[in-house]
Amino acid sequence: MSTPILEARGLVKTFGHVVGLAGVDLELHAGEVLAIIGDNGAGKSTLIKCLSGAYTPDAGEILVEGRPVEFHRPDDARKAGIETVYQNLAVSPALDIASNLFLGREQRLPGLRGSVLRMLDKKGMRDQARQQVEDLGITTLQSMTQAVENLSGGQRQAVAVARAAAFGSKVVILDEPTAALGVRESAQVLQLVRDLRDQGMPVILISHDMPQVFEVADRIQVQRLGRRAAVITPETHTPQEAVAIMTGAMVVA
Amino acid sequence: MTSEPEDTALVDNPLEVLTEAGLTRPPTPLDRVRTVLHRYPALSPAVVLVLSMIVFGLLNERFLSTANLSLVVQQVAVIGALAIGQTLIVLTAGIDLSVGAAMILSTLVAAGVASEQGWPGPLALLAALIVGIATGVINGVLVTRLNLPPFIVTLGTLNVFGAIALLYSSGATVRGIEMPELLTWTGKSFDIAGAQITWGVVLMISLYVVVAFALSQTSWGRHVYAVGDDAESARLSGIHVTRVILSVYVTAGALFAAAGWILMGRVNAASPNAGVDANLDSITAVVIGGTSLFGGRGALWGSLIGALIVGVFRNGLSLAGLDVLYQTLAVGVLVIIAVSVDQWIRKVRA
Repeated sequence: MSTPILEARGLVKTFGHVVGLAGVDLELHAGEVLAIIGDNGAGKSTLIKCLSGAYTPDAGEILVEGRPVEFHRPDDARKAGIETVYQNLAVSPALDIASNLFLGREQRLPGLRGSVLRMLDKKGMRDQARQQVEDLGITTLQSMTQAVENLSGGQRQAVAVARAAAFGSKVVILDEPTAALGVRESAQVLQLVRDLRDQGMPVILISHDMPQVFEVADRIQVQRLGRRAAVITPETHTPQEAVAIMTGAMVVA
Repeated sequence: MTSEPEDTALVDNPLEVLTEAGLTRPPTPLDRVRTVLHRYPALSPAVVLVLSMIVFGLLNERFLSTANLSLVVQQVAVIGALAIGQTLIVLTAGIDLSVGAAMILSTLVAAGVASEQGWPGPLALLAALIVGIATGVINGVLVTRLNLPPFIVTLGTLNVFGAIALLYSSGATVRGIEMPELLTWTGKSFDIAGAQITWGVVLMISLYVVVAFALSQTSWGRHVYAVGDDAESARLSGIHVTRVILSVYVTAGALFAAAGWILMGRVNAASPNAGVDANLDSITAVVIGGTSLFGGRGALWGSLIGALIVGVFRNGLSLAGLDVLYQTLAVGVLVIIAVSVDQWIRKVRA
């Protein structure tokens, strides 16, 4: 099998006496949607935060395209090509869509206006933002100068996903992307996930929603009590079996 | 320089409005007003400023004379300059109660080293700048490293800086003639079409231009807004939140020293008793200027307009022959109205 795009080996993360991760492995291959499911406290969010640089694991290693990496802050993971859409949507409400897409990586004007006066290339960023949104086939965002706080939940999610998929990222991690959305908006976001995969972008999807997971995922990693309990596929297992593994009622070798 | 985005039409004229229940309805004229005010935070204070000038002009014909208007501008120069630093801090969802004390301390140090130790003017000014920056570093480090609320930190440093200023100066005022001319240079004026413009006013406006540019045109400015809007989102977006906040307090400290220079020119002295109301007045200017105390929203120019509104009300009411207490009363009412309008605007759903 080819080298995974993103790999984690034996990740351990503890918070005082609480064990978040007790040695978790993970492999993500090119062009696949890997879903991570698990009960509350199974270590889903902690795992994601280690992969996205929000937490630094106590032990274990993370490899991107076979090379070991160390993340101390979200910026490190982003530089390695790992983009995360957080559950609480890390978007800045008062800023507009284009500013949010480029937040933390603004582009400056060429020449002296950029290098001496440090001026932002607002129009360039706006045009690229529009292009990015079009490329992803997002039709719900009309104006790049709209403040994010004026958008619906689905539109905000689209902004966050567009942001994550932009800028030559290698992996997109989505943490509960549909938790706060209605049926129609959830469907839009799932379509976006499929579009990303079809463009060759590997996606890690954390979700509670079992039908949704079985609908889009290629492989499903089941977390239980801070460990990887199993890796299954929608073809080989049923949602009922997945729940059984989650709760410990069923053990997979 | 500030080219308007070409696709704002839909934003300024929304086709539908999201209601509290999550449904949409066509916008009412009031919704449209609110959307525009939300987009241009300095607009409502600008309207208030123009209206109040018209009213006071009708009440007393002397109000709109060039001489009187230039006097108003001179009177607001110090608070206007302080409000720049205060705006930066409020944009990060902070507040600085120590601005006046930091300013006074820097003026007393400048005047002290010049009159006692005989330091030349430029060196004394440099000393004031360093003191201003030091106050910003202290506030900034306490806020970012110890994670203390800015209100508490600056309530403490207000007393600390104030006490150091009194200890250092022994409570004595240094008169203008005892200092190098450079320290009171900001009080010197020149004449433009009958209006007396002091160099202090010129300095204040230049500072507004520079800081407004940095806020609207650079990544730093965008990060200041993002940090105040939602610090955790900003952090997850890769912004060094503590670094941005620290830079804001340090920049503000330097600006408070500059305000101190303007103050020395204005009162032609360095006194521990000057500008005792400056702390709250600077917050008043920022709030009336439309910057949200919750952070992330506002425009720097609004704070200058806010300072001018306070100046216009004080001057206009005094020309109308009203007791000084009515001026204070009017300013208090203005603050409450400004915050109420901010709350209303923040509810906008375009």
